[in-house]
Amino acid sequence: MNILCVCGNGIGTSVLLKINVEQVAADMDLDVNVTTSDAGSAKGTANQSDLVLTSPQLAAELEGVDVPVETIENFMDQQEVKDILEKYVD
Amino acid sequence: MTATLQEFLPDSSFLLDQSAEDWRQAIRLAGEGLQNSGFTTAAYTDEMIATVEKMGPYIVIAPGLALAHSRPSAAVLHTGLSWVRLSTPVPFGNKANDPVSLVIGLAGRDENEHLQVMSAIAKALSNPAAKDSLNDAQTPEAIRTILNG
Repeated sequence: MNILCVCGNGIGTSVLLKINVEQVAADMDLDVNVTTSDAGSAKGTANQSDLVLTSPQLAAELEGVDVPVETIENFMDQQEVKDILEKYVD
Repeated sequence: MTATLQEFLPDSSFLLDQSAEDWRQAIRLAGEGLQNSGFTTAAYTDEMIATVEKMGPYIVIAPGLALAHSRPSAAVLHTGLSWVRLSTPVPFGNKANDPVSLVIGLAGRDENEHLQVMSAIAKALSNPAAKDSLNDAQTPEAIRTILNG
């Protein structure tokens, strides 16, 4: 599964989110490829991934992308990340 | 890892138990820590504030935690972080995660250089016991030791 983590600048919060998503995926024995992007360029690249994760404040910037966009309130809460990933596991 | 933490979070990056009147001042403190360590120029502080003004308080990524940062720019001299622990938490306008008691300032030249330090921070802050210890730690050295895991 390809997962895109999106934040405002692509170097801060999305990087922290990527670290936690990779950790959770490893715990779930899931094979994922996690990339990061800033909100501006994410609209162009989002459709190459299977799932987009971002914060509630930035979701509006991603309107119109064809893949699911899920928002996360607590980037440090592995359970919140896990609950979302579980929805997308076959 | 010890050397990396020392490099990206030196003593001069820490402002512990400081007071801030509002979120702007809290971010200014984070900018001060980055400047003290020679990571950024003063302009970066304004860029971090502008990021929140433009995109909202999305930098408050967990309860009580703001990751103040902007994009790589001429104001970033070296990749590094600052660590501001507030004596009184301040609201940033993020309903789910306000108020903020810890502001981590981040200046990055790209998305990779700080990955190791960010991993250490993510690991510590997603662990409730380590998070409590970070609140109680008295010195920069003690905080780095906790981040070292």
